[in-house]
Amino acid sequence: MPYIEVYEVSHAYDTPSGRVAGVVGVSFGIEPSEFLCLVGPSGCGKSTLLNIIAGFLSPTSGEVRIGGRVVTGQGLDRGVVFQDFAQLFPWRTALRNVAFGLEMKGVPKNEREEIAMEQLKLVKLEKFAHAYPHHLSGGMQQRVAIARALAYNPGVLLMDEPFAALDALTRDDMQRLLSDVWRKTHKTVVYVTHNVAEAVFLADRVLVMTPHPGRVKTEIAIRLPRPRDPLSIEFLDCQKELLRHLVEPTPIGKDAPRNGGIA
Amino acid sequence: MSASETARSRYRSLVALAVMAGAYEGLARSGAFPSALLPTLPAVAEALLMGVADGTLLRHAASTLYRVLVGLGLAVLVGVPLGVLMGRLRAVESFVLPLASALMPIPSLAWVPVFILWFGLGNATAIGIVVYAALFPMLLNAWSGVRSVNPLWLRAGGSMGAGPADLFRKVIIPGSSPFIIAGLRQAFMRAWIAVVGAEMLAASDWGLGWVIFDAKEFLKADTMLASLAVIGLLGFAFERWVFGALERATVQRWGMVRAGKG
Repeated sequence: MPYIEVYEVSHAYDTPSGRVAGVVGVSFGIEPSEFLCLVGPSGCGKSTLLNIIAGFLSPTSGEVRIGGRVVTGQGLDRGVVFQDFAQLFPWRTALRNVAFGLEMKGVPKNEREEIAMEQLKLVKLEKFAHAYPHHLSGGMQQRVAIARALAYNPGVLLMDEPFAALDALTRDDMQRLLSDVWRKTHKTVVYVTHNVAEAVFLADRVLVMTPHPGRVKTEIAIRLPRPRDPLSIEFLDCQKELLRHLVEPTPIGKDAPRNGGIA
Repeated sequence: MSASETARSRYRSLVALAVMAGAYEGLARSGAFPSALLPTLPAVAEALLMGVADGTLLRHAASTLYRVLVGLGLAVLVGVPLGVLMGRLRAVESFVLPLASALMPIPSLAWVPVFILWFGLGNATAIGIVVYAALFPMLLNAWSGVRSVNPLWLRAGGSMGAGPADLFRKVIIPGSSPFIIAGLRQAFMRAWIAVVGAEMLAASDWGLGWVIFDAKEFLKADTMLASLAVIGLLGFAFERWVFGALERATVQRWGMVRAGKG
């Protein structure tokens, strides 16, 4: 049985020109410890879907279940990492940012700082435990954000384009690091991206979404052995296949996705 | 800023002060005004030193400071939570904002006679005036601060299990701290200005405002100017060192605001 079940989820936005469908009738399941990527161009509703799983948004219809329980709001069973570096609390050091969730859980100070330090080691930032976020680079801040989302030990890690604002070299490092972290922690990951190579590098399975309105068009299992070599023929073949699904017109025809946002 | 730049800006400030003092001294010694009305700087300095030496000036300053700090503390206790509630709840905002807009433009000095009728002469009236002067900057800055809090911090905090009370104490208050500290500075300045006026009318025996008003009766211009100097120096010291240090230890250290120049 899947750990996360997304069942017939739809979401509509109210805009000045009326109600606009963001996501329509999306259903899929995610196995425990699976790494799932949601890929699609801007406006396909992939972030909306992630926000619904996170409990920030309520679906207009349908429901999300995690471990059999219906999601009705935010919860400590999920950790969330956003794209924006500003997600960290600037008034807390890296260590105290990471310890925040444990503090909310009522874990005593010594114990939570010990756990937070272990999490910082996992993302190789133990030397910067006492630095404030504004002294850290973008990549380091995102690593703190990952450690922070893992520190209170949620089963699920939800990530919304966490590396999209980083330079290409840093992004490659971060993808390798995340892959390691995932292998060590066995979290169930839902990862939103519009970067095809990133999805092929990270995912067990990729859901391709199309916009206007947002639907799941197809799903592709990535069966490459890990660690993956982004320069291998097999890797490039996977990338090509994924790209083909992204750029080819949808069966409905009139709503061909634009190629603009696809890296 | 480099050390030499800091030294140069200090030097310039000193030159400006020296020029002003020189011009005053020239005028005082010119004989155009009686020296009882326009005492020379050494005479003012003597009055200042005498006042410090016999402790009276210190006690006056302590009385004034006490009124300002108690009033400011009350204004913070009321203004910050109320401002935060205004930023979070539309009902509170639409109730408080018109009240604040109507009351804020009334100079606090205009309330002094009314407060004297209500609270009598003394500390209660002076502290009440300080609260009145300090409350609105605190309130409006806290309100702006809450609205400037990054929504991501609230989402992140909520997803890590923070309830409304934790969000308030551990996310919203620190998140709006640049505005709250700016509010504190404005509130202190307004309170400092207001308290002197309140003391002139409402205080008896102690307070820097009262000294100035009382000295007028005895034509003691040197005492008046010495008290003015203490008012200016204390205000400057608080602004520069107390609030400056607070800012350096918090929002500047956290990278939420840049360091000021000079």
